[in-house]
Amino acid sequence: MPLDSTLDTAAPAAPAPAPPATRTEARERAARHRRFTVLGARVLVLALFLGLWEVCARTEVVDPFNFSQPSRIWSQIWQWITHGTAQGSLGEQIAYTLYEALTGWVIGVVGGVLLGIALGRIRFLADVLGPYIKVLNAIPRIVLAPIFLIWFGLGPASKVASAVVLVFFPVFFNAFQGAREVDRNLVANARILGADNRRVTLQVVIPAATTWIFTSLHVSFGFALIGAIVGEYIGATKGLGLLVAAAQGTFNAAGVYAAMTILAVVALLTEGVLTFAEKRLFRWKPADAGDGR
Amino acid sequence: MSEQGKPVTGGGTSTPERPAASSAAVPAIELTNATKRFRTPSGALHTAVRDLDLTVAQGEFVAVVGPTGCGKSTTLTLVSGLEEPTEGEVRVQGRPVAGISDQVGFVFQQDAVFPWRTVLSNVMAGPRFRGVPVAEARERARDWLARVGLAAFEDRYPHQLSGGMRKRVALAQTFVNDPKILLMDEPFSALDVQTRALMSDQLLDLWAGTGSSVVFVTHDLDEAIALADRVVVMTAGPATVKEVFTVDLPRPRTVEAVRLEPRFIEIYREIWASLGEEVRITRERGAGNAA
Ligand SMILES: Nc1ncnc2c1ncn2[C@@H]1O[C@H](COP(=O)(O)OP(=O)(O)OP(=O)(O)O)[C@@H](O)[C@H]1O
Ligand SMILES: [Mg+2]
Repeated sequence: MPLDSTLDTAAPAAPAPAPPATRTEARERAARHRRFTVLGARVLVLALFLGLWEVCARTEVVDPFNFSQPSRIWSQIWQWITHGTAQGSLGEQIAYTLYEALTGWVIGVVGGVLLGIALGRIRFLADVLGPYIKVLNAIPRIVLAPIFLIWFGLGPASKVASAVVLVFFPVFFNAFQGAREVDRNLVANARILGADNRRVTLQVVIPAATTWIFTSLHVSFGFALIGAIVGEYIGATKGLGLLVAAAQGTFNAAGVYAAMTILAVVALLTEGVLTFAEKRLFRWKPADAGDGR
Repeated sequence: MSEQGKPVTGGGTSTPERPAASSAAVPAIELTNATKRFRTPSGALHTAVRDLDLTVAQGEFVAVVGPTGCGKSTTLTLVSGLEEPTEGEVRVQGRPVAGISDQVGFVFQQDAVFPWRTVLSNVMAGPRFRGVPVAEARERARDWLARVGLAAFEDRYPHQLSGGMRKRVALAQTFVNDPKILLMDEPFSALDVQTRALMSDQLLDLWAGTGSSVVFVTHDLDEAIALADRVVVMTAGPATVKEVFTVDLPRPRTVEAVRLEPRFIEIYREIWASLGEEVRITRERGAGNAA
């Protein structure tokens, strides 16, 4: 591997007319090199996996009817993109699911954060409501989806409700914990400096709890998507979940996988947006070790 | 600068009881028979401070020394109003303490600057909490940042500063509120010796202009004597006042110069004789508990 040469040797292998490479430069080059190697290896793993799958399906080592094959999945996605799905255009399905997931997520997060902070700050509330919240949390909430379907019908409301119950609890518990674990010195300092209770909550407890809350936001957006998809799967007029259900109904394995692939891409993109927002919001934190410099 | 009303009795006289505020002015801080008990997780009561009597005159600088865990920090929280005494009374400027007074400043033992605020915003926090308009708060904060030598760092976040710089932010954050009563809990204990000497001098400078009364908790006897008008020695926990020593070294002082004076060494010896005993008791107790 050419990688080895740049790792230890101080003398640069590059005969280019570059200025005498300092160690910092050499190290930087090695780091860049490493990044490309990792990226390349990643692509290779994916290509190998898809290739193996395709070959196995073509040679009937695995049953292509049940397990489908990458080429068919891709043509299915392509067909959806160009000709639309049975329920309408693909973009519309994605927008529908995203709309439900986002709405549910926002409601769940706002509710979870507000209640979490309130219970974390007000001891009396926590003592009274604590046991009930524990009981509610113990219910496997995904089974509520059919109930919501009965209550709210086939429209988006039932999916939003499923997303809300899935999102609320992790966010609530993190916000609660965050509000509880605020450094007592910071609170004492704020009070000495003249902050009243409201200011302590807004300017000390909430900023201190954001780290906790943000960790739950990542996970909970995944939950919101799950809630929306499961809701659609059980009964809907539009959405990616319905796409899965419809494909399954016609024994179209490629359709199921295609919908899953689209979902994964959507989830990754939103995750990226969240990470970006987090970076902006936490400028005050020491950069983690990986950030270099 | 040493005329701040304190009765200079015979040098280094140990006065087990406070040298009562002879001046007509009310004492800045007055603890009478203050007792503080905490409920431990096991449900038992733990007495941190017992029957503590202490008076601090207006404009006086009092250093408090005592063995670790004896109840010094607890005493300060009683004066600040963060905690209430279980028994006894705490008065600040002649009035019983009820809640947090806006005359009190407190530099905490642990780092307590807000990590999500910039240096400037940290120093502005106090005035803003007290309803000062932004522009004025910023101006006052900038002024104090300049005085602690951090004017160039106002945009940094605390994690981008050194430990000593963070402590100076804490000082500015406290001083910007113009506290009449200044409580400092081992403010420099996390710093190296050289920085500590510098910070002590800086503190004396800052304090000289304000005329505020200071209670300064420390484990460093050098620091205590160099800074204070009186040094209070606490007993092993539960804390009570064991002895009070008057430091009759002239002001203005600089830490490096004053500790070379013969009188300084004399006072040091006297106080250490008293303090050392309590430290030994605490250590023996700790060993006994561990066994
Ligand atoms: N909130 C609390 N709950 C229970 N016990 C406490 C609490 N705060 C302090 N204590 C106990 O009170 C005693 C005195 O504590 P304090 O912090 O006042 O000591 P200290 O003199 O400041 O010690 P150090 O010099 O090490 O800072 C200790 O034994 C401590 O365990
Ligand atoms: Mg302490």
